[in-house]
Amino acid sequence: MAWQPHSERDRREMLEALGAESVDALFADIPAGLRETAMPDLPAPLTEMELVARAADLAGQNASLDELTCFAGGGIYDHFIPAIVRNVISRPEFLTPYTPYQPEASQGTLQAIFEYQTMICELTGMHSANASLYDGATALGEAVLLAADVTHRKRVVIAGALSPVARQAAETYCSAGGIEIALAPWDDATGQTDLAALAEMLDDSVACVALQQPNYFGVLEQMPEAASLAREAGALFTAMVEPTSLVLLKPPGEYDADLVVGEGQPLGLPPGYGGPLLGIFACREEYLRQMPGRVVGRTVDAAGETAYCLTLQTREQHIRRDRATSNICTNQGLCALAAAVYMAAMGPEGLREVALLGAERAHQLRDLLNAAGLEPRFGGAFLNEFVLRVPAQADAVVRELCAQGYLVGPSLARDFDELGDCLLLATTERRTVAEVEAVVDAMNALELEEK
Amino acid sequence: MAQPTLFDKSQPGKRCTQMPSAAMAAEEFLPADQLRAEAPRLPELSEPEIARHYARLAGQNFNVDANFYPLGSCTMKYNPKVHEEIAGAAGFSRLHPSAPDECAQGALRLMRELETWLAQILGMDAVSLQPPAGAAGEFTSLRVFRAWHDSRGDTKRTRVIVPDTAHGTNPASVARCGWDVTVLKSGEDGRVAPEALADALGDDVAALMLTNPSTLGLFETRVLEVNAMVHEAGGLVYCDGANMNALLGHARPGDMGFDAVHVNLHKTFSTPHGGGGPGAGPIGVVAKLEPFLPSPRIVERGGALAWDWDRPESIGKVQAWFGNFLVAVRAWAYIQANGGEGLRQVARDAVLAANYIRASLQETWDLPYPGVCMHECVLSAKTLKNATGIRAADVAKRLLDYGIHPPTMYFPLIVEEALMIEPTETESKAAMDYFIEMMQEIAQDAAGRPDLLHEAPHETPVRRVDEVAAARKPILRWREE
Repeated sequence: MAWQPHSERDRREMLEALGAESVDALFADIPAGLRETAMPDLPAPLTEMELVARAADLAGQNASLDELTCFAGGGIYDHFIPAIVRNVISRPEFLTPYTPYQPEASQGTLQAIFEYQTMICELTGMHSANASLYDGATALGEAVLLAADVTHRKRVVIAGALSPVARQAAETYCSAGGIEIALAPWDDATGQTDLAALAEMLDDSVACVALQQPNYFGVLEQMPEAASLAREAGALFTAMVEPTSLVLLKPPGEYDADLVVGEGQPLGLPPGYGGPLLGIFACREEYLRQMPGRVVGRTVDAAGETAYCLTLQTREQHIRRDRATSNICTNQGLCALAAAVYMAAMGPEGLREVALLGAERAHQLRDLLNAAGLEPRFGGAFLNEFVLRVPAQADAVVRELCAQGYLVGPSLARDFDELGDCLLLATTERRTVAEVEAVVDAMNALELEEK
Repeated sequence: MAQPTLFDKSQPGKRCTQMPSAAMAAEEFLPADQLRAEAPRLPELSEPEIARHYARLAGQNFNVDANFYPLGSCTMKYNPKVHEEIAGAAGFSRLHPSAPDECAQGALRLMRELETWLAQILGMDAVSLQPPAGAAGEFTSLRVFRAWHDSRGDTKRTRVIVPDTAHGTNPASVARCGWDVTVLKSGEDGRVAPEALADALGDDVAALMLTNPSTLGLFETRVLEVNAMVHEAGGLVYCDGANMNALLGHARPGDMGFDAVHVNLHKTFSTPHGGGGPGAGPIGVVAKLEPFLPSPRIVERGGALAWDWDRPESIGKVQAWFGNFLVAVRAWAYIQANGGEGLRQVARDAVLAANYIRASLQETWDLPYPGVCMHECVLSAKTLKNATGIRAADVAKRLLDYGIHPPTMYFPLIVEEALMIEPTETESKAAMDYFIEMMQEIAQDAAGRPDLLHEAPHETPVRRVDEVAAARKPILRWREE
């Protein structure tokens, strides 16, 4: 298959026009030895029909959330996506352009991102949001580096109860810059970050304190109190949030968070085996010029009419090079667009319904599990996700339930030594009461077998 | 003219998507001090209004389907439609990343194949698909370099040499890695001069970052010698593979002596740019660097594929999960559809097209580095500017009036009034001929009707946008006025 439109005559005419003997002659700058070994050993090409069949075969070897009933969470959730989201992001006018560096040819993308930024500001209660980063995990990394930069401090304290993949990404970002990460312990009973222990860890060497709300265990943190502790130590407070929860929960702007990051996947993106995702990043006004990534601003055109363009570009790598606030060049433009369309389609009321339904199912699930003698590991208040202790090795339970058509987890065994018998359970608005009952039955049966 | 925003159009009580009602109220499961007092002011609109809004915004975007988009270094090739269908399949798009490996064998197989194929194309021993973009691939590679130097107890290396033609992400990634940049001045011919490199090298040099072909669209003819010099000095060499489209089937970074390379799946491998992302920036490395690649890695266990998270020497994670998987799916489809010969033909057509444009315009415009180019040619409006006052930016804006997306401007930095043109292999000769004709017309108008250019664009949804005002007083969100 080929997507090149040239006929042999076209090619010949082009060669003649430029006065070259052959196409090979155009590659003469490449040493002959390199050209000899350059042909990759690849499978024979497929026609479109064959390609579609091969892809369908591979796709069929995966158990998608169309086949499994999803009670899994850990940062990626099975939300309903209204048809209009896919419709808008499939339009070639949004799908195929480059970054909108030429504003006159990109007002559509620019305005859509400006609206996205506004929605993120509304959800988070923050002054400014950028045009998005790769994912929540790297957004946390960027936040931590920003904090180290503005405070000239080299230590950060991250909640141990924060997403392990986000923590690991932050560690990769930090270790290169000589920034040390310490983990604040959680309270064994509630699953909340232990604020007394956190306070002990803070001094004038700490650049940043980061907590997740709800935390990785699904438990609600005491964010205002943690933010105050950070502020007293002169550290920046970073809130890592789940965006749909913000329709119910006190927004970070209200407890004076300095930076807000989050995984935007719940806002209209499919799980996609973990990518592409959407890194939410918002901040207080004073950090605007240290913010990583692209940002769209409103301005005027030569006729004085409203127009949009990328702005504050002197922060960025293509201008500032090694003194840029980040090396990031792309944003997740299409994912941010999907999130904007999703939020517009849901509106404040739809988003509230999503958050409430997910929470309602999770509490029903908890109650039924309790009745069956299975207990959440932590006692803290939660929304739509909690940690369940199982009387077995958690990984085995995840696999066994998967074989029965239920995806639960992730298991906490890999990331938390002390929680090897624990797994996450999450619900969204897609789960029905009947499905909740069925998964409890399945777990119940499983437990009996293993006893 | 700008459209009213969603917020301007919003009215309380309008609905698009409705959900079943919940029986519980937030107060029943949330402590009062956790509750939000006021709902976020998200837009309230019906579905037809939302559809109209985005249809109108869509109409204001240039895009690869509708417009020639010769944006240098960005490889704005056509994005095959079938890829969208494949990536949209539930088996890929609705696969949860925490699904047990046995439930994700198709995805693992696909990723393993793509890793193997990219390793073949790049001449590398191992590939990681995890970096979510080109700049992330650069950072990941440098971080791997650092881990390798550290593993040998060699901690004195703090400098990375970067040519003055490099993308801005190169020095920014160096800084992010905690290292210092030494800028290497390009030689007379726009290429790395081994003599200058020799002066810059030392036992504190961790690496050289080299873009090949360079951002001038030139193959680094002395790449073997250059890379050997860096290795001799104990450093590693990184290839910025942003311009890999020129080399498919004609030269492999591994054979050139590079230790690591990133490729942009959204450039060479045709995945859509999405108005700024998502992209993907997989990296290939030589065998000795494999232990340091991001975690997890795909391994074979008992006849099945699995993720290996136990990677003690790994630099850790650079994306939340396994990279931008759905982007990888599209690139996999592209390679599968082309095969080796097909990819080789991609490079041949891309290089032919760039040279056709170069040869057709080099009489009218300056060509600061004469001779054959690779996938892109870099022209300059310097003579034009001196004669008429018309700058590269004016040329770019006037091209918009002709429905052509402008070339990359003012880059690389060493070319004054640069216009960096990358037609790619997917534009027809007719489309290129139109572009050539319009470029010639613009050159004539610069002398005869300069105001037409100064005031361009005239035909776009908005007139020339005041970017300076935007930065001076940033308005980054809608507010009620």
